Amino acid sequence: MSAITETPTLRPGRELNLNWADLGPFLALGALLAIGFVVNPDFLSATNLSNVITRSAFIAIIAVGATFVISSGGLDLSVGSMAAFITGVTIMFMNRLAPDFAGLSIPMGMAIAVAVGVLCGLANGLIVTVGKIEPFIATLGTMGIFRALITYMSDGGTIPIDRALRDIYRPVYFGTFAGIPYPILISLLVAAIASFILYKTKYGRKCAAVGANADVARYSGISVVKTRTIAYVIQGVCVAIAAICYVPRLGAATPTTGLLWELQVITAVVIGGTALRGGKGHVWGTVAGAVILELIANLMVLSDYVSEYLVAGVQGVIIIIAMLIQRLSK
Amino acid sequence: MFKGNLIAATLLGTLLMTGSAFSADKKVIAVSIPAADHGWTAGVVYHAQAAAKEINAAFPGVEVIVKTSPSATAQVSAIEDLSAGRKLDALVILPHSSEELTTPVKAVKDAGAFVTVVDRGLSDPSIQDLYVAGDNIAVGATTAKFLVDKLGGKGNLVVLRGIPTVIDDERIKGFQDVIAKSDMKILDIQYANWNSDEAFKLMQDYLAKYPHIDAVWANDDDMLLGVLEAVKVSGRKEIKFALGGNGMKEIVKKVIDGDAVTPIETPYPPSMIKTAIYLTAAQFVGQAPVRGTVKLDAPLITQANAREYYFPDSPF
Repeated sequence: MSAITETPTLRPGRELNLNWADLGPFLALGALLAIGFVVNPDFLSATNLSNVITRSAFIAIIAVGATFVISSGGLDLSVGSMAAFITGVTIMFMNRLAPDFAGLSIPMGMAIAVAVGVLCGLANGLIVTVGKIEPFIATLGTMGIFRALITYMSDGGTIPIDRALRDIYRPVYFGTFAGIPYPILISLLVAAIASFILYKTKYGRKCAAVGANADVARYSGISVVKTRTIAYVIQGVCVAIAAICYVPRLGAATPTTGLLWELQVITAVVIGGTALRGGKGHVWGTVAGAVILELIANLMVLSDYVSEYLVAGVQGVIIIIAMLIQRLSK
Repeated sequence: MFKGNLIAATLLGTLLMTGSAFSADKKVIAVSIPAADHGWTAGVVYHAQAAAKEINAAFPGVEVIVKTSPSATAQVSAIEDLSAGRKLDALVILPHSSEELTTPVKAVKDAGAFVTVVDRGLSDPSIQDLYVAGDNIAVGATTAKFLVDKLGGKGNLVVLRGIPTVIDDERIKGFQDVIAKSDMKILDIQYANWNSDEAFKLMQDYLAKYPHIDAVWANDDDMLLGVLEAVKVSGRKEIKFALGGNGMKEIVKKVIDGDAVTPIETPYPPSMIKTAIYLTAAQFVGQAPVRGTVKLDAPLITQANAREYYFPDSPF
């Protein structure tokens, strides 16, 4: 009920469209699941779905953060490199702390990860807002910086986690609670908190207002600088959470970690129904978008129809079709 | 034109000689390699720097300079900078790409330098005095022979390939040609871009798709790490072998430790840059003839000889 009473105050007369926009990505997801089942019944097996959704967790968590940045009218190209950088720093800290603190070094490392995430996000935010540099260029710059840092830290090779910590930490990616893998639970939790912030708090309103029209927002007394900077900090925290889930999977950071994640993240946000030019964000749609992307890749392998040379092309076509389904469903 | 270059070179040489009288008779060997952006190139940088240090210490008459470049364009500039500052007696180059580097390297050659090309060849092979490379076809073939032998010529395989390049094509071809002569079946081949995360995902998908897999070949060790993790999590026990290639230290360590699933390794060693630098130095200090082609084999690394290929201090 509250949603109905609130919506008209922001955008009168658009509640019907809004609902469809929220549903669109889930319709596309449903269609994809149905097609997948026809192509290969193994597609819907519990193991396969659980694998795929778990794998999509990193992109989903980062993309939830990106929903804030994009809805506030920004863009962040640095998230993939930032994820690699935070992963590297976290592993190095954990390894350093391991001899003195044993298992405790894992939560300590996680705290470091979040702190580094906040700082990286803050740096991005301040460069964009205070430095008044186009988000595309600013984050393209930090993308190069983070990538160079991880390459430097690893000498171009691998930063592996201490063997002793590896086994204690593994369950964070591979463990389950009530049969559901932790990364899925973590991404649901992140999305739940994010949708609360975006839809139920003052900050969320400011975010959408700044993204829809920065000048109008400024005249209404909203601090554009503060709102956008906070969005980048939220993005940094989300990248850190994704890094925390990522480390136990392969137990290492390399210069190729998180390569091109930024494009997957932006694609997930847009498939999810958030406009690239800013305005209202769709957190749950974003999560669905991330799952859709991973399902498409999975489907390519499970089907025998597509030549290995054409996989990327067919993926592109499916993404465009998914967007069209969304558009037509409005 | 040639005369002009010669005069310029002589002038430069005189300038340099007057500048530093003592180093004037030192033979300068410039080494131009890609910057460390993934495991294998990180290994190249490590071994090139090690070779430079060793040769500079061992032979006072030779000076080895190592320069890394992040892209083909940057490598072209690096070569121009190297040859502009001093007269190069030799250039050892692992080119980013064949086409773009051919003309700049030819210019260095025309100025009188000895040219050693490593790994990726130039478009015009007549430029090189010495060519050192590994054998990518053998990387695939050696692995395939091992599998055919151990599995008795029967069984189901899945293969992960890297980034669409000549290197990847040759490895896959070497592998397929040997497998085709047996009763073994390659169930699937897909790209995982030499990336451990993508290999992890692809292997999970292979496991979901095929109920029985006897062996996996990831044509690179970075990918093998992802494959091993996916197999471990799935709890599937029927997979007898999971093999890689290149000679990453983590995998060579497994071979040394006698791992059951990864008992062998095939090298495409980044240390080939070291072979090239040493041979080039031999041209100047030992007057040993080295012009020609050196093709390093891809012998099977087993527990018996694995220590020879193990570099615990290298990043790769």
